[in-house]
Order: sequence, then C-alpha cells, then structure tokens
Amino acid sequence: MSERQYTITLDVNGVKRSGIAPARMTLVDFLRDVLRLTGTHIGCEHGICGACSILLDGEPVRSCLMYAVQADGHRVTTVEGLAAADGKLSPLQDSFCEAHALQCGYCTPGMLIASHALLETKADPSEADIREAISGNLCRCTGYQQIVEAVKLAAERRRKEKSA
Amino acid sequence: MKAAPFEYARAGSLAEACALLAQHGPDAKLIAGGQSLVPMMAMRLARPAWLVDINDAADLQQIAVDGDHVRIGGGVRQARLERDAAIAAKLPLLPQALRWVGHAQTRNRGTPGGSMVHADPSAEIPLVAVTLGAELKLVSEAEQTWMPAQEFFLAPMVTAIAPDQCLAELRFPVWHEARTGCAFQEVAIRHGDFALASACAQVALDEAGRCTRAAIGVGGAGPVPVALTDVAGQLKGGMLDERAIVDAASAAAAGVEPEADLHASAEYRRHLAQVLVAAALRAAREAALNRRPS
Repeated sequence: MSERQYTITLDVNGVKRSGIAPARMTLVDFLRDVLRLTGTHIGCEHGICGACSILLDGEPVRSCLMYAVQADGHRVTTVEGLAAADGKLSPLQDSFCEAHALQCGYCTPGMLIASHALLETKADPSEADIREAISGNLCRCTGYQQIVEAVKLAAERRRKEKSA
Repeated sequence: MKAAPFEYARAGSLAEACALLAQHGPDAKLIAGGQSLVPMMAMRLARPAWLVDINDAADLQQIAVDGDHVRIGGGVRQARLERDAAIAAKLPLLPQALRWVGHAQTRNRGTPGGSMVHADPSAEIPLVAVTLGAELKLVSEAEQTWMPAQEFFLAPMVTAIAPDQCLAELRFPVWHEARTGCAFQEVAIRHGDFALASACAQVALDEAGRCTRAAIGVGGAGPVPVALTDVAGQLKGGMLDERAIVDAASAAAAGVEPEADLHASAEYRRHLAQVLVAAALRAAREAALNRRPS
C-alpha cells in the first residue's frame, strides 16, 4: 500500500529540520526515527506516561499525542535542547545528577522538560508546584522524592546564577 | 499502538473546516488538541480516513464576554481558559473544574470543544456545561444551530453532533448576583485521572443568606453528566444551611444512576455523589458569603 507522504519542516532546538512522514506518524516517532533525536523517550504511546514530553512553541506537551504533520512550521525543544551548545548540562540537568533524581532514566527526558517548563514560569516554585508540574509524568522506579529535590535544587541554583 | 493510515488537511478557519468535512464525508474527523482522539486512533478505536486539523482556525479561538454570556471558541486551549482573567471573573466554575482536567501537558493542547465531543461521562468540562446550562453552537457547511448542553450528551462517548458539524462555540450564562459562589469537587484514584465521581455547584444568595438560585451537577455517576435541576430548584427561597445541604445531597444521590466497573462499585459512586454534592454546596456557599459585592 502506498501511503501519502508529507514533507514536514520545523525548528528543533533552534535548527531548521525537514523530513518526510506519513500523516499517522506521531511527532515522537518523527523526532526519533526520522530526525534521529533519540533523547525523547517513548513510553505508553497514548498520553499517560509523559516520557515523550517536549516543548511545542515553548509549552510542554506530549509528543505521542500529536502527529508530526501537525508540527509543521512550529518550534520544538527536546531534551537535547536543554544543555548548552558545548554539551555542558543545564543547572536543572546537573541537579538531577546531584540529587540522584534518576535510576533507570526512562522517564528523565520527560521529567526534565516538565520541570524546565515550570522553572521558566516560576523562579521559586513550592513543593506543591513541583509535584503539580510533574504530575503528568510517571517514574516506575518511583524516585519522585529525589526528582522533587532536584527541581528545588535547580530553582535555587538558577536564582543564584541570576543574582550573581 | 500506531494509528491506521489517514490523510491530513489543515483548515485555516471554521468555514474551511466545514467545507472539508462536507467534502470528505462521514469518514472525516476534526482534530483539535487531539488529547483524546489520538489515543483512540492509536488503539484503533477510531479510524478516520481524513483528519481535518482545526488548530490554525483563529475564529475558533476567541474568548468574549458580552453582558449575559461568556462565549468560548471550541478551539481555545484549556490552559488559556485556566489563566484568563475574564473567565475567572465571570465564569469561575470553569477554571476550578480545569484544575482537575488531565495535566499541564495535556491542557496545553486540549480544548473545550474536544472535551465536549469526546463525551467521556466523567469529564469535567461537559459537567460544567450541563450544570450551568451552556448552549453549543454547531456549525456545518449548510447551516448553524444552537443546542442546549443538556441535550447534547446521549450516552458514554456519544453526542448529538452530526459528522459534518463542528462545535464552534460554547456559550455560558453569567450569573450577575453579587453574592454568587461556586465549587467543583472530584475524587479520582490519582489527580489527573478520570473521575470516579465529581460534582459541582453554583449558588446565589441574597442579603439575608437565602438561596435565590442554585445549580448542581454530578459527573461520572451515570452514562452522561447530569444537571440536578429539581434538587437545585428545591433550594431556592430557603436558607442554605447544613440541613438543606444534607437533604439536597441525599436527593442528588438518589437521582443518579451510577454503574459499577473495575475501579468502583455503583454503591461507592452513589456515596461519592452524595458526599461531593454536599462538599460542593458548602464550598459554594462559603465563596458566596465571602464575596464582597463590587
């Protein structure tokens, strides 16, 4: 069966990227299989686990709940876009290491995107804010406590960086 | 978990969306936020031949307050409704309900139109629409009609919308009484999950604290969300005291027809309906009493 293919052009982490996909290809499959950006993980593929979270035009969304063709012309930030260009980890990423906020690492890209989005809008989030922000992300190692601590630490570091 | 093949078209306006629906027939489906439709397609519970994307239709993304109504475009993002100052002032029950709708990542895409046409019996936006007596603007290429939300839901995941129609606008009545209060209550296994049961209430009180108007709704405790118009009507003219609230909650529980499933028994859902209606009425009363007339 020959399925119609669509040309998709979008801004990914500040770089203009293009690829070809059938309409039914989800954005996360497109990012991983066509653009070879495998930082974004695929968990449940139906919008429950949050592992595939990305920023679409700056807002956190689930990339398994969008077709790639819908993202044509839009701006996407994946976990690869959080670190500096030279590969230096962001304060948030570094705080995840520091606070032991990952075990198997499967949920980590989604957790990072969700908490990054929170810190972009709230410099000094409460614990409830943090828990609310990551409430759509499942960690099957159940390391939630350390993840919350990592986000708190990152918020502190970001504030210090700003005031320095 | 991959959708069956389909073809894709973007509509730049409501008119374009309706034209595309007319052109491709009943095998075409609109996609807005896709937060329910994409999982349905992944599980192949839905297999449209065409997807008409209405995310670029700016005329479906308006919020307007005109005197007696708040008008919300079917394609407005839920996250925007959560933060909108006019909605908070004129339709505070909606942002309260939205706190229970999915998670930040899904509210950034999800729309009120999508929640309505998906018609999950436990969904929050449909419950608010039914409770407050919202009206729905249904537009096809040939005509546009208005339908009361209370007539829209026919069964779980089944509504009265025709395949060639788009839910273009939800029109909510504004309550002008100075002492108006509202509340939304829900029990779910985890926050953001589907409700086991939910209830909401909006009340208006006069200077003496007597109830002049009330609306009560229950979701997740039957095939469709229900407005308990008779129960709410009983409150009118009386003091909204603890006894009136307890009586109303008992009448509400008797007025719903919950079903048992894997997550909760019918008895438990009926119990929740009673507890949640009482809690919603108490919180709505407190909000009304604490509101300083402007």
